[in-house]
Amino acid sequence: MRKPMQHTITVLVENKPGVLARVSGLFARRGFNIESLAVSITDDPTISRMTIVVTGDDSVLDQINKQTNKLIDVIKVIDYSEVPIVERELAMIKVAAEPARRAEIMQIVDIFQAKIIDISETTFTIEVTGSTEKVDAIERLLAPFGIREVVRTGKIAMARGATTAIDQVNSG
Amino acid sequence: MKMNGANALVQSLVDHGVEIIFGIPGGVMIPIYDALYDRKDIRNMLMRHEQGAAHAADGYARATGKVGVCFATSGPGATNLVTGLATAQMDSIPVLAVTGQCRTTAIGKDSFQEADITGITMPITKHNYLVKDAAQIPRIVAEALYIARTGRPGPVLIDVPMDMSLAEIEYEPVKDVKIRSYSPEREIDDSAIDAAAQLIADAERPVLYAGGGVIASGASDELLALSEKTHILVTTTLLGKGAIPETHPHSLGMLGMHGTAYANHAVHNCDLLIAVGARFDDRVTGKLAAFARKARVIHIDIDPAEIGKTVPADVAIIGDCKEILRRLVSKVQPRSETDWNKQIMKWRNEFPLVCPMDEERLLPQCVIAKIWEMTRGDVILVTDVGQHQMFTALHYKVTKPRRFLSSGGLGTMGYGLPAAIGAQVGCPNETVVAICGDGGFQMTVQELAPAVEHKLPIKICLMNNKYLGMVRQWQELFWNNRYSGVDISVQPDFVKLAEAYGAVGLRVTKMSEIEPAFGKALEVNDRPTIIDFVIHREENVFPMIPAGQSIEEMMVNRPK
Repeated sequence: MRKPMQHTITVLVENKPGVLARVSGLFARRGFNIESLAVSITDDPTISRMTIVVTGDDSVLDQINKQTNKLIDVIKVIDYSEVPIVERELAMIKVAAEPARRAEIMQIVDIFQAKIIDISETTFTIEVTGSTEKVDAIERLLAPFGIREVVRTGKIAMARGATTAIDQVNSG
Repeated sequence: MKMNGANALVQSLVDHGVEIIFGIPGGVMIPIYDALYDRKDIRNMLMRHEQGAAHAADGYARATGKVGVCFATSGPGATNLVTGLATAQMDSIPVLAVTGQCRTTAIGKDSFQEADITGITMPITKHNYLVKDAAQIPRIVAEALYIARTGRPGPVLIDVPMDMSLAEIEYEPVKDVKIRSYSPEREIDDSAIDAAAQLIADAERPVLYAGGGVIASGASDELLALSEKTHILVTTTLLGKGAIPETHPHSLGMLGMHGTAYANHAVHNCDLLIAVGARFDDRVTGKLAAFARKARVIHIDIDPAEIGKTVPADVAIIGDCKEILRRLVSKVQPRSETDWNKQIMKWRNEFPLVCPMDEERLLPQCVIAKIWEMTRGDVILVTDVGQHQMFTALHYKVTKPRRFLSSGGLGTMGYGLPAAIGAQVGCPNETVVAICGDGGFQMTVQELAPAVEHKLPIKICLMNNKYLGMVRQWQELFWNNRYSGVDISVQPDFVKLAEAYGAVGLRVTKMSEIEPAFGKALEVNDRPTIIDFVIHREENVFPMIPAGQSIEEMMVNRPK
């Protein structure tokens, strides 16, 4: 198992200034590749949660977990490689929408259960939520119309079932 | 009790047993230095450059096992600490640095002497703090000292803005530290110990490989007990020197790039490598694919991130080396000497460490060997970085832990003199010998002043070849003798320099002068002595395994 693969890890950290820099700095200097990174506060205001998608083989992932865990402000690193998870990413896509082609675009939006959240004389702005693959797919299908701008949140993830990340902190 | 942040900081240090600080003040440090002014229970040793302060704190920590503390002002004072902190980080040495910072309202405005030192030192400290609420100072100091000395030790920095030093707070001593995101204590997995004991029982050709972790955890007795019970011989890293008395028949000396040939042959041919508090540094392993490739590996370390970082472990035991070794000693079956021990002995006889008899030229390894003969390991030996460091590692037998201090991981030239100062301050009754090259010595030579001021009788032995010798050696061996940028023959007269500072200066140019000169230095007890050993300029350190290569490429002598 030396093949580089994408992994999703969740990092629970102290909600303090500079913690993002500690984590991202560690990744940079140890040569870990971040595909995406999403950070926000949790239901516990003293804890922030980072969802990081990284690429690497098993030994790289092992080092990422251990080195990240060593940072003093990191409370817990949870590797979601081996557990069933739900994961979502949100994207906003501004796409050229000439009147003649609008119906076609709206059909794609419909199929992807996406939403048009803004409209101008020449563009639609589309909001889509789903797995990374789904967001990739709609982006690909919209490309021929002329994509003007895309912004993606990066993936967020949670384990399926009743256990929570905070539970894992408390259980050590 | 009401007091300002500066006094709270100093009081917190005193509460946690800190007695000495190595530092230099500056504008924003005045409140903190003012807080030191009337105190009898803690003192500042005024260094001459902040790098010296950091190395002195490091040397103090290595020699005593306590946290070494250094102070510097904001901006350039703080950035001058960087090399010292990186040195401590690479070698896992507990150091606390306190830096001044401009007022919180001025941070981020490119204010005078402002530097983002917490940002700058993030990769080279175990942790750092920027004080934003003066009331937190006692807690932060307690946490910082706790983090520095527990788990895998390392440097911690606290950046204190001027207004935090001046703010009045209610001082409450902080005794217990609990950090939810940091738990250095961990359960040792007894099943891993059983598995290790089994691997040892099954092995035909085991070798112990001990690193700085053995020193940090005070596990020397347990290491020796394991070695004696099993007759497994011990090689150490540079930082592991002293983990086992190098005069003991079970000691193989140092391994790696400039390790003894017999240690490297033993590791290369072993079928079980037991790594204790060592991290498979590239200066130890050389070419990874060829390193100990017949061996199973037991890896004992307090830092889980070291397990499998470069060399995969068959059995990993995570935790404090001392406790792990104690349990392992009670679990392992006794072994007697085997053919493997005889084989290693054969290598030892085949590739002995020798000092060539040469009356004409003063050879550095002979100087070191002579110093060993005259001191028998009964000193704290500090080195700088370069050829003399490797000669010392090979030819000076260290007999106790915390008696050999050297910058290993970072390889910091200029480390020697200030670290020796820290060691001498921490261990006033010991003889401290600093072996330096003429290159590294000149990088922190200004610290002679505090050594003279505080009457520290450090014996500074300069291996003076007027070259940046290790680079020259590489240029000779691998770059076709193109000695680019290494000739430093324009240099001060070190005897006069010593005298100018108020130290004793001596010069040695031939073998017969070593003993009288060093004997004289041993008698000086109220100031440093510099002995300028004018050594043969082009002596090389051997054995040598070129960088990134394997034992097959080992040179035991200068190639013809």
